[in-house]
Parts: sequence; C-alpha cells; structure tokens
Amino acid sequence: MDLSVINPVLLIAALMSAATPILLAATGELVAERAGVLNLGVEGMMIVGAICGFAVAVESGSPALGFVAAAAGGALLSLLFAFLTQVTLANQVASGLALTLFGLGLSALLGQGYVGVKPPSMPDVNFGALADIPILGRILFSHDPVLYFGLALVAAVWALLKFTRAGLILRAVGENHDAAHALGLKVVRIRVLAILFGGACAGLGGAYISLIRVPQWTEGMTAGVGWIALALVVFASWKPWRVLLGAYLFGGITQLQLNLQGAGVAIPVEYLAMSPYLVTILVLVILSADKSRAPASLGRIFHASS
Amino acid sequence: MKLTTLLTSAAMALGLATAAFAAGHEKTKVGFVYVGPVGDGGWTYEHNKGRLAVEEEFGDAVETVFVENVPEGPDAERVMTQMALDGADLIFTTSFGYMDPTINVAKKFPDVKFEHATGYKRADNVSTYSARFYEGRAIQGHIAGKMTKSNIVGYIGSYPIPEVIRGINSAFIHARKANPDVQFKIVWAYTWFDPAKEADAAKVLIEQGADVVLQHTDSTAPQAAAQEAGNVITFGQASDMAQYAPMPRVSSIIDDWAPYYIARTKAVMEGTWESTDTWDGIGAGMVGIGEITDAVPADVKAEALALKESIASGAYHPFTGPINKQDGSVWLADGEVADDGTLAGMNFYVEGIEGDIPQ
Repeated sequence: MDLSVINPVLLIAALMSAATPILLAATGELVAERAGVLNLGVEGMMIVGAICGFAVAVESGSPALGFVAAAAGGALLSLLFAFLTQVTLANQVASGLALTLFGLGLSALLGQGYVGVKPPSMPDVNFGALADIPILGRILFSHDPVLYFGLALVAAVWALLKFTRAGLILRAVGENHDAAHALGLKVVRIRVLAILFGGACAGLGGAYISLIRVPQWTEGMTAGVGWIALALVVFASWKPWRVLLGAYLFGGITQLQLNLQGAGVAIPVEYLAMSPYLVTILVLVILSADKSRAPASLGRIFHASS
Repeated sequence: MKLTTLLTSAAMALGLATAAFAAGHEKTKVGFVYVGPVGDGGWTYEHNKGRLAVEEEFGDAVETVFVENVPEGPDAERVMTQMALDGADLIFTTSFGYMDPTINVAKKFPDVKFEHATGYKRADNVSTYSARFYEGRAIQGHIAGKMTKSNIVGYIGSYPIPEVIRGINSAFIHARKANPDVQFKIVWAYTWFDPAKEADAAKVLIEQGADVVLQHTDSTAPQAAAQEAGNVITFGQASDMAQYAPMPRVSSIIDDWAPYYIARTKAVMEGTWESTDTWDGIGAGMVGIGEITDAVPADVKAEALALKESIASGAYHPFTGPINKQDGSVWLADGEVADDGTLAGMNFYVEGIEGDIPQ
C-alpha cells in the first residue's frame, strides 16, 4: 500500500468533473419535482442530450453549440412527457419510465453514424494568473465552462426558489395545485416550463459525459447516472445545496475508491465499490432528519375540473 | 349456409397454408444474448459481427435474433426463455455471467441447443466456447514491458473471474520478462460496460503514473482517456479499436467468432450438433493480433511478432515454468506447461503482482 501515489489536488479536481453530470441532471429534476412533477425519464433525457450534443459538436466543430443542442434535445424529449402528463393526464411514473426506454432507443438510432468519432474538445476557462496559484489554482481555476455553469445553476435555482416571486409560485404549484389554481395561477403552464427546464438540464448533463468526461459516443453510455440523479433529489430533501453536496460526495467517493484501488489499499474491493452509494445515502439521510418533506402534490395529476 | 361454407373453406385454406409452410423449408433460428450494446466497439460488437457472418453465410436458410444490454442475472434467464419459446434452435449466450441462467434454461428446453461463451458448465444441450485471450495478453505484456518508461502498467479489470485473472497473469509474466522493474496497478471496475467509469479508472491509473493502460472492459472509453492524456499507450480489447491507432492504441486483441458461429449453426442445420468444449487461440484464428503500429520501435515489434508466431505454432505456451504463485509457492516447475483445467479455473496471481484478488 502506498498512499503517497494519490494526489489529493488531482483527486478533488477529478471529483468536481465526475460529479457535474449528476449535478446538472439532479438540479433540473429538483425544479420539476418542486413544481409537483415526478419525471422518471431523467436517464432517457440525458442520453438523448448526450447524442444531440455530440452530433452537433462534431458536425459544427463547436462544443459550445453542442451543449446548446443537448439542452434543446433534452427539453424536446421532455416536451413529450409534458404532453402525456399535463395534457392527456397520463400517469407520471409510467410516462417517465417510457420516456427513459424511448430515449435509450432513440439515442442509439441517432448515434449510429457517430461511433468511434472524436469530438472537438472544449477548452478550459482561462483564468490567467489565477490558475497558477499552488493547489487552489488546479482545484478551482482549471476547469471547463460547463462545470462552472453547473455550480452557478445550483446557486441560481436556490436563490430563485427562496427569494423570488417566481420561486414562490413554483413551490405553491408543487405543494397544492388546487389552491394554486384557485389563486389564478396557471398550473399546467408552470409545470410544463419546469419539465422543460428539467429536460434541458438533463440534456446538458448527458452531453457533459459524451463531450467532456469520456469524450466519445457509445450506446447506453450514461449507464444509470440518471437514476442516481433521481435518487439524489429525494435524499437531498429537494434542497439545491444538498444536491450539490450529494453529487460531490458521490463523485468524490467514486474517484477515491478507484484511487485507493490503484494504490493497493487492503480494503476488499467490493466494499470500496459500494462505498459511494452507501456514504451518499447515509449522509443525506442524516441531513434530512429535519422536518423537510416531499412537495405535497408530487406525482399527482392536476385537472382544473377536480 | 353460404357463410358457413365460406368460413369452412377459409379455415381449410388457412390450415393448408400453415401445413405447407411447416412442411416446407423451415428456417433455422439462431439467437444471441449480448451483455452490452452492439455499438460498444469491443466485445459485443465482435459477437455481432459473428452473427452477421452467419446471416451472410446461410442467407435465407437462417434467421437470427439478438437482445442487447441483457444484465447478468435473472433477467438473462427471462430473455433466453423468451428466445427459446419463440422457436430458436440455437442460442449463443455471450458473457461469463450467463453461465447459470444458460444451464437453467437449457434444462427446460432439451431440444434447443445452447452455446455459452467463456464459461465451464456444460450439459447435453449446452456447449461452451472461449478464446485463449491470454495468448494475446502475452504479446501485449511484452510490448508494455518494453515501452513503459515509468515502469508502471495500469490494468482495468472487470470482474475477478478466471478469464480476467488469466489475462493479468499472462500480461504480467511477459512484461516482467521484458522489463524486470515493471509493476502492475490493477483497478477493478465491476462492470463490463460503463464508459464513464472506465474512463475514470483509466484517468486514475494515468494520474498514478501508469504510461501503459491495459483494459479488460468492453468500451473504447479508456482509449479516449489515454489519448487525452498524451504519452500513454493502450491496446484494443476484443475488437481492433483501430480508430485510436497509431496512438494511443498500438496493437489489439481481436476476437473472431465468425468461423465458430458458422460451424455451429451448420452443425444444427445438419443435425450433427454435439455438446463440446472449444478453446481456441491464435493458431486456430479465434484470437487475432491487430496491427502493431509505428509507435512501437521496430525491434520490439519484431520480438512481439516472433512471440506471436511461436505461440501460434504451439512451440511456446505463455504459461511455461518456472512460475511461482503470488505467495512464492511453486506452481509450474522449469519447463512445465500449465494444464487447461488449472487455467480455466485460475484464481491466483503469479509471483510479483501486488494486491489481492477480490473474493
């Protein structure tokens, strides 16, 4: 065993990158769920975002354009979910699962011509002299723009939900859609917008995997990240900063366990492999011991006549 | 009256048609169960190439079906049962974890022939087949030992099963022969296919100083990670992965299942199919060595090709003594060659590898 081969600075820098797809997708899902919509299609929207972003980045040569396309692709797919659940009043759980299956198939179809293609790489943000600060420079100032966007998004969602009228309306719709309707709020319209936001975020998260983390396209490459993001929203008690904590914890321990394995630590590998899931759940469960609970109208179907 | 006649004649026509169809030349139906997507660029991609070769060989006489992304567990049993119920005559189950499900389903369908890849359990209607990937690993190990500058070779394992351990041992033995200072760092990913995780594992190994990364997982993600890192070499796994040549991919192990799949399908069509255990290597053509690129120095390339020749001709076996086990006890005496039984169930590291095999 030789722990000195693990470089903590590189480890922290790597965990931030590893956590970003989960963070983006979970933040989007958090907004949808705070509006009372349970969308289990995160995995499907992510993988569609991954291929849309990849294809557009390859064709246009611009990763930034790829991310825009990924957000659009994810949002477009979520529009299907919005139509099913908000207009035709279909069951949200079933529709969400269907969306995931549909997304996986659709992405495989769209991606057929892109297997083995190398995408243009996204340059890191140039912070100039800041990046040369020892330790902090590598951890904080040497990443791609999307990673910073993810952090900003969490802060923005938190501020929106807590301090703005728009956030209040969103939460009102999620807590009691009948009362919100009686107050004259457009429940369906607000929910559709929340679903679209969730889809766009999931799409970005997917494209982060296909354009930055792996960079390549392979069928089924999100490999369950969407489900982890979904679970994270619940364990984080629908609070943005806890989503960030959970995502970093999960990404961090995933990275750490690989590092420990490489360093030959004498802990059985099985325990290391399950540790990210265990620790993340444990910490968030302890945190959620306060009185926070799910939005009261989560997953319920709304119709103005009821 | 008229209606009844009409119905009767319609029913009769239908019955005749069905009978005619049944009596006519019925297609042989061949099913494939895949652990990853056919577009993984590695393991499943090559099995699917074998399936397409079967279609090409027999044309209209066969019909092939496949299900991809089948998890190794109860779900696999469901997929195989469905294939058998849908009339498959021959089913290839192409991952180690399908071993028990294959045996279970085969019991329920004695008339359907099953072929399980890389396993060791057989029955009257279950054959096993595998390729001697460790022969290719020996060549990779040699190139890795010669080319590493940091003397650290990273190895991404999938699951700690004999096939993977055999590969690690074979690569290590030959890396050590080429370079006595070489060390292996082994990371278990616990997945056959998860590009993000495979890329992470490769990055971690590279951060910890590895400048050669060997993989026993199915996607091309480690190749992409190595390419990004720069001065790191890799080898294509299961498939050529030539899109990453000449750097980082300097060579590859290619699985060629097509001849075997064609032969076995033919045996079913002719009624000569028997339960067998096939384990072929470079000599028989089941294992191919992808082109060694110019990133490898000419003398190393020549040595690697000579090693390939001697393995192919049978003159040299990659597990030839003296070889000790990890704990220092003697496994093979000088000149002794490992028997297939020990190789098939290999569950120990050879001397010099650090760390424990997860149990």
